Amino acid sequence: MNSNRLVIEAGRADREYWKDLWRYRELFYFLAWRDVLVRYKQAVLGIAWSVIRPLLTMLVFTVIFGRWAKLPSYGVPYPLLVLAAMLPWQLFINAVQEGSNSLVSNTNMITKVYFPRLIAPAGSVAVAVVDFLISAVLMIFFMAWYRVVPGVRLLAIPFFAALAVMASLGATSWLSALTVKYRDFRFVVPFMVQFGMYASPVAFSSRIVPEQWRLLYSFNPMVGIIEGFRWAILGQVGAIDGTVILSSIIGVTMLLVSGIWYFRRTERTFADVI
Amino acid sequence: MSDYVIQAEGLSKRYVIGHQIGARYATFREAIVESLKGAGQGALRVMRPSSVPPDPRREEIWALRDVSFDVRQGERLGVIGRNGAGKSTLLKILSRITDPTRGRVTLRGRVASLLEVGTGFHPELTGRENIFLNGAILGMTKNEIEAKFDEIVAFSEVERFLDTPLKRYSSGMQVRLAFAVAAHLEPEILVVDEVLAVGDYAFQKKSMGKMKEVAQGGRTVLFVSHDMGAVNTFCERAMLLHKGSVVAAGKASDVIARYLEGDDRLYSPIRSVFRDCGEFRLIAATAFQNDVPTVVINSRQPFTIEIQYEIVKVVADTRLSVFFRNQKGEEVFSTCDWDEPTEEALSRQAGRFISRVTIPARLLKTGPLYGTVVFDVRCLRVAFAEPDVLRLDVFDPQCPPLSETHGRPGVVAPILGWQMRRADTFADAEKSACEVGLAHTQGGE
Repeated sequence: MNSNRLVIEAGRADREYWKDLWRYRELFYFLAWRDVLVRYKQAVLGIAWSVIRPLLTMLVFTVIFGRWAKLPSYGVPYPLLVLAAMLPWQLFINAVQEGSNSLVSNTNMITKVYFPRLIAPAGSVAVAVVDFLISAVLMIFFMAWYRVVPGVRLLAIPFFAALAVMASLGATSWLSALTVKYRDFRFVVPFMVQFGMYASPVAFSSRIVPEQWRLLYSFNPMVGIIEGFRWAILGQVGAIDGTVILSSIIGVTMLLVSGIWYFRRTERTFADVI
Repeated sequence: MSDYVIQAEGLSKRYVIGHQIGARYATFREAIVESLKGAGQGALRVMRPSSVPPDPRREEIWALRDVSFDVRQGERLGVIGRNGAGKSTLLKILSRITDPTRGRVTLRGRVASLLEVGTGFHPELTGRENIFLNGAILGMTKNEIEAKFDEIVAFSEVERFLDTPLKRYSSGMQVRLAFAVAAHLEPEILVVDEVLAVGDYAFQKKSMGKMKEVAQGGRTVLFVSHDMGAVNTFCERAMLLHKGSVVAAGKASDVIARYLEGDDRLYSPIRSVFRDCGEFRLIAATAFQNDVPTVVINSRQPFTIEIQYEIVKVVADTRLSVFFRNQKGEEVFSTCDWDEPTEEALSRQAGRFISRVTIPARLLKTGPLYGTVVFDVRCLRVAFAEPDVLRLDVFDPQCPPLSETHGRPGVVAPILGWQMRRADTFADAEKSACEVGLAHTQGGE
């Protein structure tokens, strides 16, 4: 007799869920793989877009904020200041932009087969991580160009990267689940991304934020992550200390836990309302 | 230890339908307004949709009500019932797409559902890539797919196009590829929902063969179909659902018989309230077979459509017609009482009437058939049309899905008498052809 016993019940226990998530890890891999493959199909420049986008953004920010607005770069070349911030920021917004639609765009799968739904937004985060790695290569290239040698602080990068992935997953869980029920979020997300660009120190260092506002500013968990990246790669160019990092860790944890909590709560009705 | 692989106890599923048609997706604004109105209650709606308090503007529909059944290892259970009886909801619960509102099911073994083949196919990916993706979506591991890859490709007959994007495939090729992947799943419990009605005839035959092979390998199959012939040949046991409840279960042939009786208590073939156009009033439209009102039609026997109506106001040149369409929405045929008009039809009087028309045997394909009653003024306007007032299920008792007419192109599948005789010389044959032609022309005059 098969020991593979499964009980389906109204409001069944969640213990199975995490096991299922592990069991379906190949599907997660396949969905991410599909999204990477599909993204640049029928695009002449193909994968080059992954480089062009951060490159152009960096150029624009350097010219506008570095040259014209003459914002300080604290001793490092302005392009590097921007690029270091864009690594986590692009990871976050790519994940959120793709991920918030990940359930709705997979409607036919959700209404026809079972899989732990968390795989869909997680797949989008994985795709964003692929872009992140491509941007990282770009970063290395520019560091070599400007002859900037990173120190031992670079070892902190995995920690800040993990924090960025967790923030992405938390935000994506919230937004994808909300989009299933409230299609309004399709309009909210682009706005959030635009607004977030100014609410986070992407194009400039957070040191230009007046001292008395810094604590409030650090409630945005992306502030700690972005400045963390800058600190690890370029040294002390932003306003970063233990408080900022701690506040970021707390913020990200809250975002992730609440995101997964809300996702799990609404997940069982996805097939009915999507 | 029991050898049941599926044990369902008291399964119920409730859907809440909003009354504003078209507003399927709640807007966030609505939710915010509600939360402002009802303070805590609205917030609860956003945070915990499962505990929404009853709302007078919402209507509850029980798609399933207290359904219990057991399926043993290796058994093939047919699930039948009219559209909307809850079959699909049941399958969705078994394949874990949606949760039951009440009750529980215990499953022993991996369930694979073929609710619709080709789930997750992506048009931009190649055939090869889609095989892997679709396999993973259906629950196969990468190793399993690799092991069966050649078999899947051979079965689907698309070898030459493996590296072509799926969007360049014909729809027939897409379906073949999709079914090939699904057919090579090896689950302990297979849930099938009418996927056999895909592809051309030769491919269907192959698919049905594969299904049988799967079932003979000792696997449990749950088969949902409108095709009584297929259920009868494929399943030992069947279960009849009506309005979300099990009304009959047992030996397949008995349950099918029960379904085919078209029990009036189960289905009411007569509707009494119709729109009124001021000139014509439909009272009832009913199908009869062997003088019994029914909604299930044996295609091997003729049946009669009876329309009761009232002419309220006399208008010249009015015609009564019935248009039939199939489940895909294709027009199957139409018939009109002016085709060979009687005196009564040509000069209609006011009053109540009954019109009858007999549809010949051995004409229709199996499957749902919807009849629309139309009353029109010739060449001018449609005075009255009641869409799909007749909802029939056509079945063929002698016709399992592998029979000759199943899956044949065309909206009808008439069984016509063919004759054959030996023609010894070609001259003889030509002469004979001439004679036949001549006889035909003469006969026509």
